[in-house]
Amino acid sequence: MFSMLKTLWLVFKHAFHKRVTIQYPEEKAYLAPRYRGRIVLTRDPDGGERCVACYLCAVVCPVDCIALDSAEDRHGRRYPSTFRINFSRCIYCGFCEEACPTYAIQLVPDVEMAEYNRQDMVYEKEHLLINGQGKYHGYNYYKVAGLAIGGKAKGEAENETPPVDPKSLF
Amino acid sequence: MNPTIQTLLLIQGVLVGLLTLAGLLVWVERRLLALWQDRLGPNRCGPGGILIFVADGIKMFTKEDWIPPGSDKPVFVMAPAIIVVTALIAFTIIPLAPGVSILDLNIGILFFLALSSMGIYSTVLGGWASNNKYSLLGGLRMSAQMFSYEVFMGLSLMGVVILSGSLNLHDIVKAQSGMWFVVPQFLGFLIFLFAGLAETHRLPFDMPEAESELIAGYHTEYSSMKFGMFFVGEYVGVTLISAIIVTLFFGGWQGPLLPPVVWFFLKTMCFILFFILLRAAIPRPRFDQLLAWGWKFVLPVALLNLIATGAIALARGN
Ligand code: SF4
Ligand code: SF4
Repeated sequence: MFSMLKTLWLVFKHAFHKRVTIQYPEEKAYLAPRYRGRIVLTRDPDGGERCVACYLCAVVCPVDCIALDSAEDRHGRRYPSTFRINFSRCIYCGFCEEACPTYAIQLVPDVEMAEYNRQDMVYEKEHLLINGQGKYHGYNYYKVAGLAIGGKAKGEAENETPPVDPKSLF
Repeated sequence: MNPTIQTLLLIQGVLVGLLTLAGLLVWVERRLLALWQDRLGPNRCGPGGILIFVADGIKMFTKEDWIPPGSDKPVFVMAPAIIVVTALIAFTIIPLAPGVSILDLNIGILFFLALSSMGIYSTVLGGWASNNKYSLLGGLRMSAQMFSYEVFMGLSLMGVVILSGSLNLHDIVKAQSGMWFVVPQFLGFLIFLFAGLAETHRLPFDMPEAESELIAGYHTEYSSMKFGMFFVGEYVGVTLISAIIVTLFFGGWQGPLLPPVVWFFLKTMCFILFFILLRAAIPRPRFDQLLAWGWKFVLPVALLNLIATGAIALARGN
């Protein structure tokens, strides 16, 4: 009985405590700098698309919300001709970002994505592709990969020596 | 003015006042619970969020009104009406000011007890008619709870009746001009408070609802305005119990300076706020604890209180 009265009094005293509510649209909660929010497709330092349409993100996505089609440009570089993310399904787990071999797909700390129409939650490539490099500056997949591609021969990548012809030993 | 018209106007006033109050209480309760839980509560719609009850009302009215297949249809439809109607009728006997009440019954307390027990049928029948095991459990709990708490609800009021020598609420208020009955009848007041809480099935006595165990208890299957009726009924019930407590134990409309109606309203509001504080602070007990506590502790105390009051009144010779 006494403990009940004490409870009542303690709860009553809470009327004078500081509120924990954050009045959202006017006040904003603190978001960690690496908070996982809206997904973007980034470009490399030269302005080319990073994504090589490898489908790894689409495969790893636990809710299957990424859909893309691959294409090849005249240098033989693969790129996604369409890239679609359904944000009404995405759970912002960040697996796609971890799976991506080229740092193309990245989650940025933007959470204000509410829409009145559900179909507006489906983002196409033009909505996803940004003009910057996102979190990883100066990274260019083709510059570090030992792959011969249009405009870059074998051995011309960074930290790579020209290939040795083993037959020259003979 | 013609007394009939006067009564009609009074009925109109009380009805509109009560239903508005019930609506406002939705907002008051949510804001106050928020206040005691370090939150803000609804504060967007209208000044301080007060229009939330209008928004709630529109929401309720526009929802699908669904009657579950296999339910007992007439009973299902009637159940929510019972609680509102009985609570509203019980209000007719409350003295709002000296000589002002819709009905001046000389058996006022009995009338109130009868109607408040009638209100329970709403819950029991609603639970029974829903054709849902959770509803049925809720209804069963309500009947068991009512059975055990109704007993000493009446007993706790008998002390007041002995002291004032009347069952008429007007006379009881007048008898408190020297001293509020809460002083000589403190035990009676406490017991009535418990019984009243159980009667309105508010937390911590909201066993029939018990969201964490029974989904929503007896009104699991109710939607739209039928659910709204249960809600309004609950708030009118809380107002009624508060008004009765004020009338019987806290001098009713009596008070200095301010007009009697204002005093009555203020005191009633205090108790409504106290009910909300109880909800914010005290967890729900286990059902068997609730019943055991009622039968093994409160009932004997209520009897002792009655015997002691009777003995003292007899010794004093009045
Ligand atoms: S964050 Fe997770 S759920 Fe969202 S697209 Fe990437 S892998 Fe799929
Ligand atoms: S975003 Fe990354 S993982 Fe997804 S297809 Fe493009 S390169 Fe592959």
